[in-house]
Amino acid sequence: MIIILLSIIFIVLRVMPGDPVLAMLGDKAPIQQVEAMRHQLGLDRPLHIQFLDYVSNLARGDLGNSLIWGKRPVIVEILEHFPATLELTIASMIVMLLVGVLTGAQAAYRRNSPVDYGLRIYGIVIYSLPIFWFGMILQLIFGVYLKWLPIAGRIDPFLSPHGVTSLYTIDSLIAGDLLGFVSAVQHLILPSLTLGLVLSGIFTRLTRVHMLDVLRQDFVTAARARGLKENTVLYKHALKNAFIPILTMIGLQFALLLAGAVLTESTFSWPGMGSYLVERISYRDFPAIQGAVVFFAVLVAAVSVTVDMIYAYLDPRIRY
Amino acid sequence: MVGKMEIRSLSGFLARRLMRKVAGGVEAYLAIAGAILLVVVVAMTLLSSYIAPYNPIVEVGPALRPPSSQFPMGTDHLGRDVYSRVIYGAIVALEVSGISSLLSSLIGTPFGLLSGFLGGKTDRLFSIIMDSIYAFPGLILAIAIAAMMGPGVINMSIAIAVVYIPTYFRMIRGQVLSIKEELYVDAARALGAKNSTILFRYIFANVIPSLVVVLSLNVADAILTEAGLSYLGLGIPPPTPDWGFDLSKGKSFLPGGYWWMITFPGLMIVIVVLGFSLLGEGLNQILNPRLREK
Repeated sequence: MIIILLSIIFIVLRVMPGDPVLAMLGDKAPIQQVEAMRHQLGLDRPLHIQFLDYVSNLARGDLGNSLIWGKRPVIVEILEHFPATLELTIASMIVMLLVGVLTGAQAAYRRNSPVDYGLRIYGIVIYSLPIFWFGMILQLIFGVYLKWLPIAGRIDPFLSPHGVTSLYTIDSLIAGDLLGFVSAVQHLILPSLTLGLVLSGIFTRLTRVHMLDVLRQDFVTAARARGLKENTVLYKHALKNAFIPILTMIGLQFALLLAGAVLTESTFSWPGMGSYLVERISYRDFPAIQGAVVFFAVLVAAVSVTVDMIYAYLDPRIRY
Repeated sequence: MVGKMEIRSLSGFLARRLMRKVAGGVEAYLAIAGAILLVVVVAMTLLSSYIAPYNPIVEVGPALRPPSSQFPMGTDHLGRDVYSRVIYGAIVALEVSGISSLLSSLIGTPFGLLSGFLGGKTDRLFSIIMDSIYAFPGLILAIAIAAMMGPGVINMSIAIAVVYIPTYFRMIRGQVLSIKEELYVDAARALGAKNSTILFRYIFANVIPSLVVVLSLNVADAILTEAGLSYLGLGIPPPTPDWGFDLSKGKSFLPGGYWWMITFPGLMIVIVVLGFSLLGEGLNQILNPRLREK
């Protein structure tokens, strides 16, 4: 799968119409300059050689050098931005699953009641919100009017935690830096709520459907007959069994989470991969754009393999 | 002779199903609510030059004024009327989402039909390519393509269309695989029908309802993607009114509390997306009764 993804990216970036060199230098650039740039980037060689080059460089983790600001290797720049995205996606995933699974379970449990209808409408409406707009509305309410939470950045600019993970929340905890931790969490709340809530709609609906299936099964009736509390039946017995299909969905949703992270980061000036990609697009830094897109592809493939493995572990009937 | 009226057309079929459903489920209400929202938005788009009080791309008043009787949704940083821009903004959104959905269905559907019908190696090759695109974060792929191709309605539509081809492919292929095994297909084959006849008259005809559903849901997604692209600065060049672009401009004035610059364009996106989503969901429940939730 990864090979095909990489080929598609190659086709999109090199074969499809649109000339990166002209886009970088402008239409009126002198022809010599354009040719020189082409040569420098290796774009004047035959396509199949370019492709082989691209694949072999990738295999060595070499994504080329950026065209601006010191022309550092793209992979280095990406690895600097990635922890921010990781922190945002993990926090959003927690919000997404907590809200989505709980509302879905409640909707299934109270099927055809006003609560169920309300939650089903929530599932459709929340998913129809443009992520960046929802983020701005939250910024407006909690940041500008109520002034409860910061609306940009990852942490107070006067604090700059250093640590092994580069996840500010965890680093500041390890360092015992309470101030830094509070600041990091404060900065994380709005972006992760934005991304997590918008994507929770899918899980509300998904959990509801699977819970409806599970709740009709004999073991649920059996658990009730044994006099277990309704909450125990619902969350310990039913939800556990509804969770396997939900888990596969998490793998698929990871792609949506990353795409949403691009918009969320741009809205909250969150210095992650999404901001990096958008910034480099505005500078027409093509090696960086290509590197970021390839990095996303590798990430998606890695997560999908991991989810498959967890799935096989949870459901012994599956073997690869 | 007053016999039972036979309803042959799709709309008649829908209407009949709708009538029956209104008594029982929420699905029909969803579809109706979605359709009403859409009729309003489409009418607004077609009549934009009559409804909008001002020219959306020229300065018509002082900058950054809050909503008033003169400017119902306030003015933006260049003194343009937000209300007029919101109304005209529907044009780009509907154009791009319409063209891109049409493109992806025109490419995804035939490939899905062939892949499911032929099976074997062709199927495996198509499926693996489509699944790879499907697994990739759609917006990021669209960003990459749009960044390469440059701004413009057509370029943006192509960028979005590429992302959604696999959606059609997968749905159609899945349907073909199950319809292929139906008795009536066997019967047609036994009667000597040609492969092309079976594919188009028997299989494709039965896929159409699902295609309509996916198309409606896809337009909703495409509008969100379009707004995302133009929010990131990859859309139509200014000053053309565009909700996503207006939102990105409004964002820089957000800390000043100029809420009207972001609230209204965003609300319009939500309304249109919701319209297509509700319509799609409702149609799905009505047209595919087997899928209906218990």
